[in-house]
Amino acid sequence: MAIDWFPLWLSLRVAAISTAAAVVIGLWVAWLLANREFRGRELLDAAVTLPLVLPPTVLGYYLLVLLGRATPIGRVYEWMFGGPLVFTWQAAVVAAWLHAMPLLVKSARAAFESVDHSYERAARSLGAPEWLTFARVTLPLARRSILAATALAFARSLGDFGVTIMFAGNIPGRTQTLAVAIYEAVESGNGALARTLVLVISAVALGIIWFANRMGARAFGGRRAPEPF
Amino acid sequence: MLRARLRKRFPAGPGSAEFALQLDLTAGSGVTVLFGPSGAGKTLTLDCIAGFVRPDEGRILLDDQILFDGAARVSLPPRKRRCGYVFQNYALFPNMTLRQNLEFALHGRPRLERRRRIAQMLERFHLEGLQGRRPHELSGGQKQRCSIARALIGAPRMLLLDEPARGLDAPLRAELYATLRQVRNDYRIPILLVTHDLDECFELGDDIVVVREGRMVQSGIPHEVFDRPASFAVAQLLGLHNLLSVEIVALDPLRKSSRLRYLECEIEGPYFPGHLIGDRVWICVRPRQIMAAPRPSRVAPNQIPVTLERVRERVHGLRLEFSGDLAAEDSNGNADEARRVKDWVVEIPPAAMRLL
Repeated sequence: MAIDWFPLWLSLRVAAISTAAAVVIGLWVAWLLANREFRGRELLDAAVTLPLVLPPTVLGYYLLVLLGRATPIGRVYEWMFGGPLVFTWQAAVVAAWLHAMPLLVKSARAAFESVDHSYERAARSLGAPEWLTFARVTLPLARRSILAATALAFARSLGDFGVTIMFAGNIPGRTQTLAVAIYEAVESGNGALARTLVLVISAVALGIIWFANRMGARAFGGRRAPEPF
Repeated sequence: MLRARLRKRFPAGPGSAEFALQLDLTAGSGVTVLFGPSGAGKTLTLDCIAGFVRPDEGRILLDDQILFDGAARVSLPPRKRRCGYVFQNYALFPNMTLRQNLEFALHGRPRLERRRRIAQMLERFHLEGLQGRRPHELSGGQKQRCSIARALIGAPRMLLLDEPARGLDAPLRAELYATLRQVRNDYRIPILLVTHDLDECFELGDDIVVVREGRMVQSGIPHEVFDRPASFAVAQLLGLHNLLSVEIVALDPLRKSSRLRYLECEIEGPYFPGHLIGDRVWICVRPRQIMAAPRPSRVAPNQIPVTLERVRERVHGLRLEFSGDLAAEDSNGNADEARRVKDWVVEIPPAAMRLL
């Protein structure tokens, strides 16, 4: 039986892009949450955490309401890119991104807050602007925790089902990700295909968790000589 | 020249009492030591000056530049204050080599200048050949010198040191003092050093500011402060012995003398201008200025009979601790011989009594 591998490639691509976006935006949000006092800080934290606890169908509904064809954002998108966002693979990226964000922001905030503040103070007293302090001091010192969080976020966005099916739909060859393909294979009684896909994604997920744990374990003392401070 | 007027309040929280910092500080070039017990607000003072903590009110001036002005709502960020800061744990970036640590402070300067300054610092602080090492590959003394070099490489206008000698053993301490003396001679900038170690005040301090509960209680040249503590509290902070509460029973302005009562004995004292008969005053006497001897059969005038409570052997001679909070030093006595005698007399020369 010839297996259509498109869902796997699509899932990997969607997960990679959404994780990259989550890293860029998530690190910035996490830095804000860890370093700046502003009104609504804990509200922002809660809003970012929400996708972790809400049912995926609710998230999908929110996305449709916010980014659907009839909404202002949806129209701007359509005007800019010449087509609607919903029911495209880009919509699957947004859905996956929503799952990656909380994992990244939560871990990165904790990692930034656990960096000994005297390093950052030292950097500032040496005349370094904020971005340099972040890039050369905070980020490298929090690097392992963030790498671990990135791996987990990737795995999480690889496996989304509910939001994707609500917002990107299930169009074979276009928006059908691995999780959705498995659902359809089971529904249509194609047990062999379902088994194969399940095994593949389980293996990928296991590999990622192994990597994340390795990173996490080495975050505080590990193979390299433990930091003396 | 640093001039700072700092006001910062911390309301009482769970497990902590209210704390208020009210400190007026002037520091010229040379080492000014901020001395005081833990929790007196010394590190907080440094953090306010460096810009890590924002005072509620006040003003910080460094060489006529305003670093902070509460009324005018001016507060320069730490990176623009040009205050070198040496942290208690050195805070050398563990992810960078020694050279990168130094170079970090020269961000944005031309390459040639960076090279020149790094070479200069490596030589001045005896760090040649260690450029490629990371902090965890350096010895304690090297880390210490590196952190001082890093704080100075950007040519700051002031150097702040937060208990740099804490937790160091004696040789490292001596090395640090030598380095800091060199820095004091090479750089004509104010150096503010926080410590609760008296030896450090004497080793390094050109000036000393005694801080207690957020306020300055005395300032001046270290040995003057030590010789003339302004109050009982300062004398206690300085770890002075023989703090005696005496009652004035007679005053003789002509002979510049007085009669004092301590422990039911009347002894001769110096004249205390501005005090009345019947006043209780605190006086302070250095242990080595007290004369102690085994009690003779007849106690002479001005001698106070006491009993010996403890003999401590120290590096230089003995310290004899008597009843009535009196302590004397004996530079060439024998501890066992001293212990054999229980009853002693002590005599305090009037000139050695200092009024607090």
